[in-house]
Amino acid sequence: MSLSVRLRHGFPTMRIDIAFDVPSPGVTVLFGPSGAGKSTVILAAAGLLRPNECRVEVDGQVMADTTTGMWLPPERRRAGLVFQDARLFPHMSVATNLRFGMRRARPGTVTFDEVVELLGIGALLDRRPHTLSGGERQRVAIGRALLAQPHLLLMDEPLASLDAARKAEILPYLTRLKTALRLPVLYVTHDLAEMTRLADSMVLLEAGHVVAFGPLAEVAARADLPLARRDDAAGVLHCRVAGHDPDRGLTRLDAGGATFWVPLLDAPVGCDRRIRVPAREVILAGKPPESISLHNIIAGTVRRIAGDPTRRSVMVEIALPDGALLARVTQDAIVRLALSPGRPVLALIKSTSIEVLGG
Amino acid sequence: MAWVLTRYRFPGRSLLNALVHLPLVLPPVVTGWLLLILFGIRGPIGSLLLEWFDIRLVFTTAGASLACAVMTFPVMVRSVRLSLEAVDPGLDQAARTLGAGRLDRLFNVTLPLASPGILVGGIVGYATCLGEFGAVITFAANIPGQTQTLPLAIYAALQVPGGEQKAAELSLVSLTLALIGLLLSEWLGKRLNAVLGR
Repeated sequence: MSLSVRLRHGFPTMRIDIAFDVPSPGVTVLFGPSGAGKSTVILAAAGLLRPNECRVEVDGQVMADTTTGMWLPPERRRAGLVFQDARLFPHMSVATNLRFGMRRARPGTVTFDEVVELLGIGALLDRRPHTLSGGERQRVAIGRALLAQPHLLLMDEPLASLDAARKAEILPYLTRLKTALRLPVLYVTHDLAEMTRLADSMVLLEAGHVVAFGPLAEVAARADLPLARRDDAAGVLHCRVAGHDPDRGLTRLDAGGATFWVPLLDAPVGCDRRIRVPAREVILAGKPPESISLHNIIAGTVRRIAGDPTRRSVMVEIALPDGALLARVTQDAIVRLALSPGRPVLALIKSTSIEVLGG
Repeated sequence: MAWVLTRYRFPGRSLLNALVHLPLVLPPVVTGWLLLILFGIRGPIGSLLLEWFDIRLVFTTAGASLACAVMTFPVMVRSVRLSLEAVDPGLDQAARTLGAGRLDRLFNVTLPLASPGILVGGIVGYATCLGEFGAVITFAANIPGQTQTLPLAIYAALQVPGGEQKAAELSLVSLTLALIGLLLSEWLGKRLNAVLGR
């Protein structure tokens, strides 16, 4: 199953020409600077904006296709939308807000109690929206959208108006939703941490065009994309907790076809996590160093080397058996190690530099 | 009417808008005279009403009501429109994505949210109605107990020698009604806004 979006639209100041296909169910993050066209995609998918040309297909079901004149209005599209400002109805209680879409939809698989439990909003049901905190409001908005039994969930920077503490409070709920939902989700953000944590796939947008799209681990690790020029550029790998070694205070993870050691985790063996390896924390070597504090010496192959003129550094993309890492090094290091695409290389990573993300 | 003027853009919208607001700027006597022409027993609408329904508006209580209604209509439309425009269009969008159709949204989202303004508009309109003078005297005349509004009665009392006492009493009634209307609208608006969390 898949979610396929293509749209062309001319705004007075810019042209939008965007097309991508991503797997469904799963969370697809639309990532890019403001003005890249992220919100346009969301509005067109919801049916609130009618572009000059547009086709939206969700799991084989066509919601819009301007070539045939097919255009489902928002109220019949069953695309749930969570806005940046929760947009709860101020004259209704939380419970009535939650039931607004539910009462207007055919009964579906999402139940009221399940959503309330999942989002932890049971204690808020009798409250009025204006008495809620920003994070609570956003959770209610998500629940309201889910209860309308959508075929597609759209989230337009749902956390952007929250401070760091509120964000941290709501992220675990989103991670839980991600695993509980069997639904395609389009999620707009320009926060890299949010993306790394939630995305299964990502669509990288810039100035109204798609720069790249694909699975998160694949796109995040591409040295030639603007993403790699950020300070916080990092490789992302899906991993499984393979075992704990409490005596040494370490946890073993299987990721990308290699074994990583990280400081002891509080997670059962066999559960899935993702790890983020910042590019600036990766050291490259030609042969294994001796007597070193390091736990992770990962063998890979250089796939791509991309210069970053603004930083006088070079981004090296290292292919692992399944996935890839990024390393930021100097041009001098490339010359000394005689690195070029196709050459084997060792990536040295401190166990404390690896960030383990939930879910 | 306010909803139509707020939500839709169509040819002739400006003309409709101007027509609705005309009584506000026109001298009331002119409005009354225009009503007389239109709804008089020989007028284009008045003659039809008389012929089909045996309804006579000129110089009757119903006529006085019509004159008042026409005069206060723009005031009401304005206040309703302002409150409709103050409703966040984002909520309408949210309701759409939740499956609510046009009328569903009007009755369950827009109107409840605009209700403070609509109610206040109604009360102010009612108070204005009580004070209508020019259009009523022209269209419905000044018949005590039938088409006599408060200011008409006060005016009539002042025309009679020694009527000052009666005029003062009536003015006091007028003042009280206006004050009650304004205070009531203020209080209701506050209460409703509190419910809406503003």
